[in-house]
This record gives sequence, structure tokens and C-alpha cells, in this order.
Amino acid sequence: MPTALLLYDILRDEERLLLKALERFFRVKPLHVPSATMKMGSAAEAEVALERCVGFHRAIASAAAAESWGVRTVNSPLAIAVAGDKVLTTLALLRSGVPIPRTVLAFSVEGLVKAAKEVGYPAVVKPVHGSWGRLLALVNDEETARAIAEHRELLGPAYRVHYVQELVRKPGRDIRSMCIGDAVPVAIYRVSSHWITNTARGARAEPAPVTPELEDVTLRACRAVGVEVGGVDIVEDPERGLLVLEVNAVPEFKNIVRVTGFDVAGAIASYAYGLAKR
Amino acid sequence: MRLRCPICGAPVEVPDDAMPGELVEHDCGVVLEVVRSGDEISLRPFQGVEEDWGE
Repeated sequence: MPTALLLYDILRDEERLLLKALERFFRVKPLHVPSATMKMGSAAEAEVALERCVGFHRAIASAAAAESWGVRTVNSPLAIAVAGDKVLTTLALLRSGVPIPRTVLAFSVEGLVKAAKEVGYPAVVKPVHGSWGRLLALVNDEETARAIAEHRELLGPAYRVHYVQELVRKPGRDIRSMCIGDAVPVAIYRVSSHWITNTARGARAEPAPVTPELEDVTLRACRAVGVEVGGVDIVEDPERGLLVLEVNAVPEFKNIVRVTGFDVAGAIASYAYGLAKR
Repeated sequence: MRLRCPICGAPVEVPDDAMPGELVEHDCGVVLEVVRSGDEISLRPFQGVEEDWGE
């Protein structure tokens, strides 16, 4: 029986489900990363590692350590690094021809004001790193753009890169689709009257059909970023069709399981087993 | 197993198979994180969501 590592920091529902699912295929070694030391270049003691750290920097580092041991790591540290950075994700998506909303980068107060005008009001200012809808700002006019820029200037260098994106006129929902290897087995709508349609911010999850277009966009987005197991955030534009917002390399899936009944953890474990057998 | 809340001192029931990184909500209102030091399991106040946390 092969061995699988589960690299984690906080043990949530997802990690519990994964531990249980992995046990069907593997000897499982959970590794609590915050209390571990990981010598780079050690001999491999497992065939596969699943990276589940919620801390972005911890996830990259621990995935890198696992890869240095010769362990097939999902997702790879490079994929996690790209997916966790909206600028690099945008670059990867554009290079692969994946449709995205209009996006402009700015590096100063005046730049942000100009960028918001360029993408058109209302615009959304997003942190380059960040998740769960945190620190998103809606910009309806020049005055707000300037105020947000001035506040962000005080937050430090990382926040002086302003990622400004058009607010897509989505139909009160967005889509979270799951990619597992070459498959898109399940998706949900995240329904909310708020402009942030994130379940972490109170959106309601409902099952969504995996249409051929959704499957295609999801797989292309994940391949562009290098993610094998990912959750892709997608909005429906009335004219342009599906537009990708981001790719999540350590995806949560408890809401998907709750509303669709699909065994996401089982599918991920099965995919990992396929990798271990190669 | 029965541990002590590091904030209020009251007993906290933790499953015998608890793993480091598990979160336990306690009646006193604090969220506790299971930590392991060698073979010993204990609880510490959960530090909360950090800036780089996410998916």
C-alpha cells in the first residue's frame, strides 16, 4: 500500500474528509506543518503529498519541501505560488487565452484613480494576495478611488500594487467549479444579492450544472496556472460568457459536498492514488 | 481526554484521537487549538485568521 502525506495547519472539515478518503487507498501520514521541521532534500517517505495548509506562505514552503523529498505533491509549490497571486494568475490565464474581466494594475494613488476610470465604474480593487473576499473594495467614483488608494498606501508595499478589475454584471451569483486532474466533476452557484458572492461572506451555495463551456474554461484555467486539484471562481457575463476570476490551489469544498452530495475528498484521494501508481 | 482551558481554567473534553491543529470551541467563548509537544496534548488560544490565510 502506498503512503500519502497530508500537509496541513488547521484541521477543518475538508482535511477530516480527506484523511478518511485517503485511508481507502493509502497509509496516511498527517503532517502538522506548524509544528514540523522539513529537511530539504531528505529521502522520500511517501509516494504522494496533498497540500492543505491555509497559510499561503506555509503552503508554498511545505509543498516545496515535500517535492524536494521526491514526493509527488498536489498542488505543486509553483502552482500554489501562482494561484495565490492575482497578478501572476492573470498573466497565466491571459497567456493561455482564458477569458477574464478587464484588469488594470496601478502603483500609486493617481494610478489607481486612472485604472478605475479605465476599467469603468463600478470597479473592484483587490489585494494581490488574499482570499475569502477580504479587503475587496468597490469603487463607484473617483472620490472613492482616491480614498481607497490613500488607505492602501499606508498598508505597506504589498498593498501599493493595486489590482483593479471591472465589476462584472453577474446575475446575482458566481460559479465555483472543482477541477480534479482532467475532470470537472462538480460545480456550485454561490448566490447573493451582495456584490461579493463568496460563501465565506454569506453567499448561498446551490448545485450548478457542469456544462461543456464550464468544463472547458475550468480545465483551461487550472492548466494555465498549473493546478491539478483546484476550485475555480467564474462569473457569467451576459455578453462575453464565462470569465475566470481566480483559481484556488487549496480549495475548500464542504459547501460543495453539502449541497451536491458529491464525494470531493474521495475523488481527490482516487486521483492521488492514480499518481502514486505511476 | 479531559484538558484545561488555558483562559478560564475549566475542564475541556477533547476526543482521544484529537490531532494538532484541531479547533475546539469552549463554553467560556474562546476558540482553542490542539497542540502536541512530544507525546503530550494541550490547548492554546487560537490565534485567529492570519493575513495570508485563504484557499
